[in-house]
Amino acid sequence: MKKQISKHEYQKMVDKKAPGSHIVRNLFAAFITGGAICSVGQIVMLVFKNFGADKETVASVTSIIMVFIGAFLTGINIYDEIGKFGGAGASIPITGFSNSIVSPAMEFKKEGYVMGVGAKMFLIAGPVLVYGIFSSVVAGLLYFIWKQVM
Amino acid sequence: MAKRLGNQTIILDKQPIILSGAGIVGKKEGDGPLARYFDDVVDDEYAGEKTFEAAESRILRDTFIKALEKSGKSSTDINLILSGDLLNQCTAASYAFRDVDTPYLGLFGACSTMSESLAVASMIIDGGSVDYAVCAASSHFCSAERQFRYPLEFGAQRTPTSQWTVTGAGAIVLGKDGQGPKITCVTPGKIIDEGIKDSNNMGAAMSPAAFDTIRSHLIDTGRSVDDYDLILTGDLGSFGSTMLRDLLSKSNIDLKNKHKDCGTIIFDLEKQGVDCGGSGCGCSAAVFSTYILDQFMQGILKRVLFVATGALLSPTRIQQGETIPGIAHAVLIEA
Repeated sequence: MKKQISKHEYQKMVDKKAPGSHIVRNLFAAFITGGAICSVGQIVMLVFKNFGADKETVASVTSIIMVFIGAFLTGINIYDEIGKFGGAGASIPITGFSNSIVSPAMEFKKEGYVMGVGAKMFLIAGPVLVYGIFSSVVAGLLYFIWKQVM
Repeated sequence: MAKRLGNQTIILDKQPIILSGAGIVGKKEGDGPLARYFDDVVDDEYAGEKTFEAAESRILRDTFIKALEKSGKSSTDINLILSGDLLNQCTAASYAFRDVDTPYLGLFGACSTMSESLAVASMIIDGGSVDYAVCAASSHFCSAERQFRYPLEFGAQRTPTSQWTVTGAGAIVLGKDGQGPKITCVTPGKIIDEGIKDSNNMGAAMSPAAFDTIRSHLIDTGRSVDDYDLILTGDLGSFGSTMLRDLLSKSNIDLKNKHKDCGTIIFDLEKQGVDCGGSGCGCSAAVFSTYILDQFMQGILKRVLFVATGALLSPTRIQQGETIPGIAHAVLIEA
């Protein structure tokens, strides 16, 4: 039977008609969500600063607390709703990173602690870790070479 | 003897009869517009089991039992079960029927499984080697999400072209004799791949297959859309349905008001947050086995072309840069 349209034509038809994302709404939701999460982080930071902790301790403690908040909200089935609303505003902050590790850990608990939780925990965060660590090594090397040369 | 018309269509001689149908769905589907047609709504996403996979098997088995009950047959009267689902190794079906003492054929046609099973069973009954068969299919939102997408608690946004996997199952008891609508003709579909790569746009991946099967069926039988009360596609969703209409209109076939899509009628698209509608084997299976059969019983529908559509998506092949093949099988049901 003769083909009516080519693959290329069909793809063009699909692109033309496919419903698009609500960009303005999504940008606004991401701004509000990301902003709110960062504001909480800022409050935590100021509280610890107020107690007289040094700069490095404040940074570590703030990260730890934000990771905990992300994990906790994932555990009580709330973070996925925040993510659905806020998109990248919820996934880019460290709370989103926490969500990306805790959610597979919860999901794959049924397959056991070794092949389930253990093996699948970094299903989503794995690439972030791999390339994050890799780029920090490259940056460190460049910094080292720069120091030697200058 | 059955005879073949044209390239693809098979006219059945003995015309197997649909003795009964049953559909059981999850809570979200039970909140949808077709709620009153379903035999049961399972509020617990685990359906009393420990895992989502076990829950899906449980729902499928309960649906099978319900369909048998309604047909007045017992499992010993059934010569063959044809069933399938979305999970790897047809997990839901294999575990649903492992304790049922009846021969079983597992089918994979993605979301087209219901019409595939009806097509295969009709041809086998027509051939005379089986007297009674059960056709069934299931899907579960949670088991499908974990296999194809993200963990449930992962905070990701859904794209506007995506569809919501239906939690539910449908089962039909087919027989060589009895009372009910008949399956008179089947048009098995070809695998059609028009190069769609976006696994969040299954409607676009499947509509060329639906188009091809519907067009072949009309050409083979020499009929037009007007000869049918309804052309019921599987789960193209709202966007896939638009694409199907566009493709058919390029071939000068106008669906007029004769088309419905299981994916768009099982949910309230505006209110239930399902983007383009429902999907999954359980979607067309549950809608066909309950709502559509009910319309036949009431005499509202007399001739329906049921075309369940499937995206034969492999997450592995998609990651390797491949496109999504689609398929659609048509069965003609007449009062």
